[in-house]
Amino acid sequence: MPTPTLGDWQQMYRAMWRIRLFEDQVQRFAAAGEVPGFPHLSTGQEAVAVGVCAHLSHEDVLFTSHRGHGHVLAKGSDLQATLAEILGRQDGLCRGRGGSMHLVDAANGVLGATGVVAGNLSLAAGAAWAAQAQGRRNISVAFFGDGATGAGAFHETLNLAALWKLPVLFVCENNGYAEFTSREEHSNVTHVSSFAAPYAIATKTIDGNDLLAVYASAAEAIDLLRRDQGPYLLECMTFRLAGHYVGDAQQYRSKEELAAHRDKCPIERFKRHLIERGVAQQELDAIGELARLEVQQAADRARAAPRPDASTVLEDVYRSPALDGISG
Amino acid sequence: MIHSFIDILRRALDEEMTRDAAVHLLGEDVAAGGAFGVTRGLAQKHGVTRVRNTPISEAAITGLATGAALCGLKPVLEIMFIDFATLAMDCLVNQTAKYRYMSGGQLAVPLVVRTQAGAAGGAAAQHSQSLEAWFIHVPGLVVIAPASPVEAYGLLKSAIRLGDPVLFIEHKRLYTMKEDLADDIELPPIGRARIVRGGTDVTLIAYSGMVQSALEAVQTLADVGISAEIIDLRTLLPLDMATIAASVSKTHRVLIAHEAVLNGGFGAEIAARIGSELFDELDTPVVRVGCPFAPIPFAPDLERALLPGAQDIVRAVRLMPGLGE
Ligand SMILES: Cc1ncc(C[n+]2csc(CCOP(=O)(O)OP(=O)(O)O)c2C)c(N)n1
Ligand SMILES: [Mg+2]
Repeated sequence: MPTPTLGDWQQMYRAMWRIRLFEDQVQRFAAAGEVPGFPHLSTGQEAVAVGVCAHLSHEDVLFTSHRGHGHVLAKGSDLQATLAEILGRQDGLCRGRGGSMHLVDAANGVLGATGVVAGNLSLAAGAAWAAQAQGRRNISVAFFGDGATGAGAFHETLNLAALWKLPVLFVCENNGYAEFTSREEHSNVTHVSSFAAPYAIATKTIDGNDLLAVYASAAEAIDLLRRDQGPYLLECMTFRLAGHYVGDAQQYRSKEELAAHRDKCPIERFKRHLIERGVAQQELDAIGELARLEVQQAADRARAAPRPDASTVLEDVYRSPALDGISG
Repeated sequence: MIHSFIDILRRALDEEMTRDAAVHLLGEDVAAGGAFGVTRGLAQKHGVTRVRNTPISEAAITGLATGAALCGLKPVLEIMFIDFATLAMDCLVNQTAKYRYMSGGQLAVPLVVRTQAGAAGGAAAQHSQSLEAWFIHVPGLVVIAPASPVEAYGLLKSAIRLGDPVLFIEHKRLYTMKEDLADDIELPPIGRARIVRGGTDVTLIAYSGMVQSALEAVQTLADVGISAEIIDLRTLLPLDMATIAASVSKTHRVLIAHEAVLNGGFGAEIAARIGSELFDELDTPVVRVGCPFAPIPFAPDLERALLPGAQDIVRAVRLMPGLGE
């Protein structure tokens, strides 16, 4: 993996802003009643998405969770099509059939978000198995929250992935909460990386708000996978600055706790780093402004996009033309 | 050539693996031949990377097979007993079945989940169930339940080639049944029932193990001058209403037989469809034969007492107005 240039780092800075501003926009749309369902924002966790996805090509595949907007965008999916999907529009990624929790962009290797906690892990392992079985060099990445470690599927999948040496990277975003309940109340195991040892899986716990750390650790992990030494479990300690879902009053945590974490915002933190490296404040402002314009344009277009035609509602239940549109 | 149900399944798998390198088998013990010997010898022939043993992790192996199906493989997953499909339910219902739709048609899941169901030989309450109705309730799945070795051969091959997720339910009581397989059989289409035996007085709709019971019943009914037509549904989801309609329009009487408990069983759905779509054709109410509402007992005497069979079909037909003794 070549060392990123200063220009590459600036691109990653922009990618984090794109996610932040995109989700701010989702929040505004949601507040205005324009988003069906209950979107989950990854505000404050952007460094994980960007630092990991910077290493992925279109052939590499990604499976994410209910909190997946950032991963999908960091992988390179179109802002407008992603937003149109979240708004339930016809030209959204999934033609309005998936929404915020089920984003799929197959051409870009985004093989899906899932609304079932831990439901994506075995799918990611399966994609890795397909690559291994067919002698392809691509890898598979699963993003999940700390809450998923309570599910049997998490443990079953770790065992299986280790046993078959699958090229799958499990990225845990440990944000200390599963919905309204803290990690301490969920599990006796503080660090998700502790689960790797019994299965002899390589692992590391890192500061997930530090883009440099995420980038470097993901590089290390992915290098192992590409050399058939997978799987890998990367635990990124982070914090969601937003509520669990848009509209969450967050009564389960204190204002002090939130304030303390706001200072650790990964974007601000990386901005300070770039300034230390000599990038001018003006230049960084211009990058932020560019991201803002991109999101603005995507938002205007997505909002103007047509709503799905009700007559298509039975399409795509099956692939086989003979079965599609049947009534049971 | 004469084949048992088990041998013929193995032959279908072997041929499909030879035909298409994307076909891979996985499941508990499959490389060792599987609990019933269906996959015996296939690992030796096709290699242990294509016939893979898995840990006892129904949730994860179903997800694994689904993820692989999204990425170019055509996995055939064996869930040893349908009773354990309960552990794979989240994936089958929430992921496997919905991927095509949720992705707006971008992805498909060409996966066959072979499993084995039904009561026989004292397998008792946790290894004998007929749970097909749970899956028939899920848009996106295809559910197939063959009634004979030759049918199983063709349907399994068609299922592997289909491109949509299929639950393929084998009945353990049929495993030792033998049939002659012609050299060049035409593969049956998915979603089409077959007329097993023509008749004019009553239509017996059955599938899986109950087709044999219906065949037995037909003999007894013939002795008292009742001519029964048997439909083997073969594919439960989607349901072939056209074949049912053609038969009912001729016989004007219907009996539906399945081994699953009647309450919430698939027969209820078929009866409702016939009631609303074919009401004018019916001379008598639709009748159902199935298991009484109890778990499958262990003791052979109790198992026999509970399971529906040919006598139940005969009795129910003879109670139909106009066909009585
Ligand atoms: C199997 C399942 N159980 C419960 C839920 C409801 N639920 C949605 S998100 C969530 C918490 C998940 O926490 P975590 O995995 O830490 O992810 P985070 O939300 O913190 O990103 C729960 C319980 C669900 N979606 N799936
Ligand atoms: Mg969490």
